[in-house]
Amino acid sequence: MIPSGDYIRILPEIVLSIFGMLVMVIDPLLGENDDRKSIGVVSAIGALLALGATFIMAGHPGEAFYNILRVDDFAVFFHVVVILIALACILMSFEYLKVQEIRQGEYYGLILFGTVGMCLMSSAIELVMLFVAIEISSISTYILAGFRRRAAESAESSLKYFLLGSFATAFFLYGIALMYGATGSTNVDAIAAALRQGTPVMAYLAIALMMVGLGFKVAAAPFQVWTPDVYEGAPAPVVALMSTGPKAAAFAVLLRVLFGTAAPGWFWAVWIAAALSMTIGNFGALVQTNVKRMLAYSSIAHAGYLLVAFIAVRNMEQGVSAAMFYTAAYAAMNVGAFAVVSHFASAGEKYVSIEDYAGLGRRSPVLAAVLTVFLLSLIGIPITGGFFAKFYVFRAAVSSNLIWLTVIGLVNSAIGSYYYLRLLVMMYMKEPQSEESVPSVPFAAGFAMAGCVVATLYLGVFPNRVLQFAIESARTLVH
Amino acid sequence: MPQNYVPIFIFLLIAFLIGAGTVLVASLIRPNNPDKVKLMPYECGIDPVDSARKRYTVRFYIVAILFVVFDVETVFLFPWAVQFKLLGLFGFVEMMVFLGILIVGYIWIWKKGALEWI
Amino acid sequence: MLETVLFLIFAAICVGGAINLLAQKHPISSALSLIVVMGSLAMVYLLLGAEFVAAVQIIIYAGAIMVLFVFVIMLLNAGEEERSATGSRVAMVLGVPGLLAAAVTTGWVLTRHGPASTPVVLGEFHGSAHAIGRLLFHEFLLPFEVTSVLILVAIMGAVVLARRGE
Repeated sequence: MIPSGDYIRILPEIVLSIFGMLVMVIDPLLGENDDRKSIGVVSAIGALLALGATFIMAGHPGEAFYNILRVDDFAVFFHVVVILIALACILMSFEYLKVQEIRQGEYYGLILFGTVGMCLMSSAIELVMLFVAIEISSISTYILAGFRRRAAESAESSLKYFLLGSFATAFFLYGIALMYGATGSTNVDAIAAALRQGTPVMAYLAIALMMVGLGFKVAAAPFQVWTPDVYEGAPAPVVALMSTGPKAAAFAVLLRVLFGTAAPGWFWAVWIAAALSMTIGNFGALVQTNVKRMLAYSSIAHAGYLLVAFIAVRNMEQGVSAAMFYTAAYAAMNVGAFAVVSHFASAGEKYVSIEDYAGLGRRSPVLAAVLTVFLLSLIGIPITGGFFAKFYVFRAAVSSNLIWLTVIGLVNSAIGSYYYLRLLVMMYMKEPQSEESVPSVPFAAGFAMAGCVVATLYLGVFPNRVLQFAIESARTLVH
Repeated sequence: MPQNYVPIFIFLLIAFLIGAGTVLVASLIRPNNPDKVKLMPYECGIDPVDSARKRYTVRFYIVAILFVVFDVETVFLFPWAVQFKLLGLFGFVEMMVFLGILIVGYIWIWKKGALEWI
Repeated sequence: MLETVLFLIFAAICVGGAINLLAQKHPISSALSLIVVMGSLAMVYLLLGAEFVAAVQIIIYAGAIMVLFVFVIMLLNAGEEERSATGSRVAMVLGVPGLLAAAVTTGWVLTRHGPASTPVVLGEFHGSAHAIGRLLFHEFLLPFEVTSVLILVAIMGAVVLARRGE
């Protein structure tokens, strides 16, 4: 028998699953041509309830279901981040689905189910559970990427993501198998205990394979090739989700696997991946003319900055907490940026090139101001969350004597600011190409944007509470 | 444990030999003078129209993939069934939850009209 | 000894099938080689004592998944059939005697060795349906239940993506 406390420890997942199924049942009851907004509202309520459930769950820390998952501060942190991301994406989808004439309620169901996977990824301490969770979150994003039925590039995006993604998951699975062979267990704690006794060669191989799989999910170089094409073709709200949600969850898994198991021998691998991701991401973004592609390369670069925090091993708590803070800050600013892109793109995602943003400052001052906040945060300007995120990461790196990596990171930040500034210049200094008025932002999307602005500024002005929580979570993770 | 499978192997071997043997014997004793009509695909005696090597409709694929999905579901029933007595009510409830979730999927497919052929 | 010989036989068939899969020009031939790979993998599982997984391997992979593959090949309409006889001749020259040899060796090994030889056991894991049932409803209860959500997502994916043309 399972003690009832165990069910509370997966309460957010249960709530999300129930609402996902509710969506599936309601959707066919609506007429073929009805707007799917009602389903969106149901999903948003589901996400809100899941958020509430997370707070209930936070009151019951501990292991559940025979050591399959562990609810600790770390898991709660990522639950909150992931559910908020999903909520913002659901809210911004109301308008998007209407404008793009997508009349399929299962869109929302897939977001909810994907969130179930991401939540489980952050709390699972059993590799088998992790694998199932990763599959749920990945498969739902593969499908979501293909939702623009009329656009060929959406199908291309979905297919590319699916093929490369399943290849990466296979690597992860192979890593799990080898880890089981090397240590005789798939439980993170048991693996840690076994690795403390000695490290078989197979364990190195296992860690390497798992890192390949997760490196793909977080779009870190050299596994980043898919990112621009996939982000370009997928629906904008889905890109907001998949550039932050599964990424945050995959970083959580990476932290658990690398630090939770005290895994050996990944230092230089992550070092190189971090340096490569930052450089490839920023240089790639310089030459883009499509905003979604540019943000895709920028997301590769940010994955690189985040990985820097991982190798600050001399002070693990500092490194892990910096990584967690970065995940939250990046989620807020990137979801926000895509919310603006998604609203501005209009029917058929017509306006996505950088030239289209010319004169946005005059055509729609509020929208431009909101986008400015996110872009400044992505650059890392003070009073935005992006500043402290970068600051903590590089502080952790310096205190671990990673001087070279810090230098590479700072140079990259400087290069990176160029392409964000280019978009800002385009918005405020260029003449508008069309006088067509930008449609006003509907309430739900506006609410999502406002939430992201508040979160970005909150993390930039009062970072301490979140950071303190992250430090405490890191303590439970690295023992 | 492999010894338990000796009868199965013998069975497989005999099955293989019968299959191969029939084909071999048939090819030895049958007269071999084919002509165009004889080699035509047989369709209840009606002359075949068009080539059989054409693109199939995607509906076959949907049905096949749904079959795989529910096949996977069924596989989970086996270990549950053999342990049914030991697992008792708890196992029953858990299995019903599992099946319940998938029945939602089934209802959804049905209502979506994915099973309708035309 | 027994396991090693059997393992080597089936591993060789498996690798051979995989190579043939890549070497074949016609997709249907590749699909058929894949069945050989799946079948011999099932035998390898059986040798590990994982009876249930072996059965599932046959039912799901060699059965259901292969049907799916063949449907995909028909859906993509792989083009004119190439009527090259060399492939089938290779199969005749190597395949039939090879299969016979494998069957005879297997039968010989199986009948010669008494019940003294034990199955290979990895860890505590015995892969009978009983053992899997116990694991599935105790240690792995949550992954099992969550698998239903995974299957649900797969169902949605199949229907959503395949129905796009309408």
